Amino acid sequence: MNTAGTELTDSRVIRAVQLVWHEADLLDHKRYEPWQDLYSEDAYYVVPIDPETEDFPNTLNMVYDDARMRQMRVARMTEGYAIAAVDSARTVRTVSRFVVENVTDDEVTLRSAQVLVAYKRGRHDLWAGEVTHRIRLSDDGDRIALKVVRLVDSEDAVPAAGFLL
Amino acid sequence: MTVEFTADTVHGLAPSDLVREDRVAGRMYTDPQLFELEMTRIYERTWVWVAHESELPKAGSFKSTYVGRQPVIVVKDRKGTVNTLLNRCRHRGASLCEQRTGHANGFTCPYHAWSYGLDGKLRGIPYPDGYEGVLEKSELSLRKLRTESYGGMVFATFADGIEPLADFLGDVKLWIDRFMKQGGGYPVKVLGTHQFRFHGNWKIQLENTTDGYHFPIVHRSWMASVDAETADMMSFMTDPAAITHDLGNGHSVMQMVPEHSDLDVDDGTEPLQARFATLVTELKSAGLDDAAVRKLVRAVHGTGFNLNLFPNVSMSNSFLRVLRPISANETLIEHIAVGPEGPAEIVDPVNRERLRIHEHFQGPFGFGTPDDAEGWDRVQRGAQAAPEMPVLVNRGLARESAGPEGWPTSHVTDETGMRAAYNQWKQMMSDG
Repeated sequence: MNTAGTELTDSRVIRAVQLVWHEADLLDHKRYEPWQDLYSEDAYYVVPIDPETEDFPNTLNMVYDDARMRQMRVARMTEGYAIAAVDSARTVRTVSRFVVENVTDDEVTLRSAQVLVAYKRGRHDLWAGEVTHRIRLSDDGDRIALKVVRLVDSEDAVPAAGFLL
Repeated sequence: MTVEFTADTVHGLAPSDLVREDRVAGRMYTDPQLFELEMTRIYERTWVWVAHESELPKAGSFKSTYVGRQPVIVVKDRKGTVNTLLNRCRHRGASLCEQRTGHANGFTCPYHAWSYGLDGKLRGIPYPDGYEGVLEKSELSLRKLRTESYGGMVFATFADGIEPLADFLGDVKLWIDRFMKQGGGYPVKVLGTHQFRFHGNWKIQLENTTDGYHFPIVHRSWMASVDAETADMMSFMTDPAAITHDLGNGHSVMQMVPEHSDLDVDDGTEPLQARFATLVTELKSAGLDDAAVRKLVRAVHGTGFNLNLFPNVSMSNSFLRVLRPISANETLIEHIAVGPEGPAEIVDPVNRERLRIHEHFQGPFGFGTPDDAEGWDRVQRGAQAAPEMPVLVNRGLARESAGPEGWPTSHVTDETGMRAAYNQWKQMMSDG
């Protein structure tokens, strides 16, 4: 059921927005292990370069993580060997301007704007992007089935990051 | 005469005195005036890499990029010639093209619509009556840089009088040929480009691609995440067969996995990595025989070496690393993924593996690049202290010797390649 114009007060949408905000909070506080648990086993977490593509497997991306890569990435961010992660920027992000793309009793797809400020050693970097979340609703806990972050400058040079979008 | 760097003398020393056999002055990373000199004496006087031929597949294909700090358009014209044109209208100086890549019939300035052909010739001027008697169109072509290529690698230079590219490359040509064998029987094409910035001098990156010594330290996180076979393949620290050669003109090659330096040499004993089992099945079902499958799969990790070309490109295992100096304190890096070009049912599965391997290490969110960038940022920050204090490039100096080909050679963890690059820097910066 396509529900363009669905009210943000729809209880299914509220559940999805809450999950997106919870995710943003976990990432800003670098709580990567609980962050990982927000994703379903078959989920993909993608930061593409090509602003148009939906064909992520056949394209070069900044991030294209299945469960195995996510698990390795979380290990990298937390185990203390990666000097970029050990001394990473502090981040604060706002996720808003939600647009409901699709709602069913099982799944909600949300589009949003994310503005993230990363601070490290006297410098503030701005990371702005459009985010899509596909969220699977379940009595066992809602899970992210797909997250795609399309940076406004994805085709340009960005800083090398020690945190996650 | 050897001049010591001291706090009293270092700011007054000529650039050539800042490089010694075993050390360079820290000022070379931090001095904006030296950076200005480098842009003219190096980047406008030598061959600078601008494109791979696969980025320009047909007439009208273009790529906008830079030679040093100067914006250029690299474009294939209707005769099949690749031209490197200064991205600057001859009228009032506006940039002609702000698209990174694409296809065009020509370039029209957005300001007053002066239009140029793919060969840079001025074709049209709107309302030409005001120019009668004051303008000759044939004298107002876009500035064209000398452009030559070898093995698909396209270079351009502002210097009309320097040696041909083939002479500048010299023994590098053999290694370019070897790099391109990773097509596994197919030509090599560009698959995609990662770009990132770091807050440090371009020479820090130039050094890094020939720095075997940092690998297990900075990339411990990546090593911990890959399969045992891949980690073993990159365990070259104590392998005496892993060696670096100074190839002359500032170029060097670092052989980390020497058994993969020439992918045509294969005695058949090396097992294909278990991680590629699915790929092997896909390729067999696409109709390839065992030998053809083996050739492609063995090349998925690329070649076993980093070929570091002075001043701006490296052919590094399985990708191209391109650096662009922005200022003394800032550098932009491209990591260009490459793979075989051929029938989709054969190359697509191969290139999906290659893209995933590239994403795993490279780019702003890779498991390798951010740690490299952190290291380089730290070099730039530290080098602000005591600009007279030397940066050491002496590792392996006492065990370096001429190999059978005549190339100065030492262990892969040694700083032979950095010394090669700094010798070239010294020579180019000495020429007024």
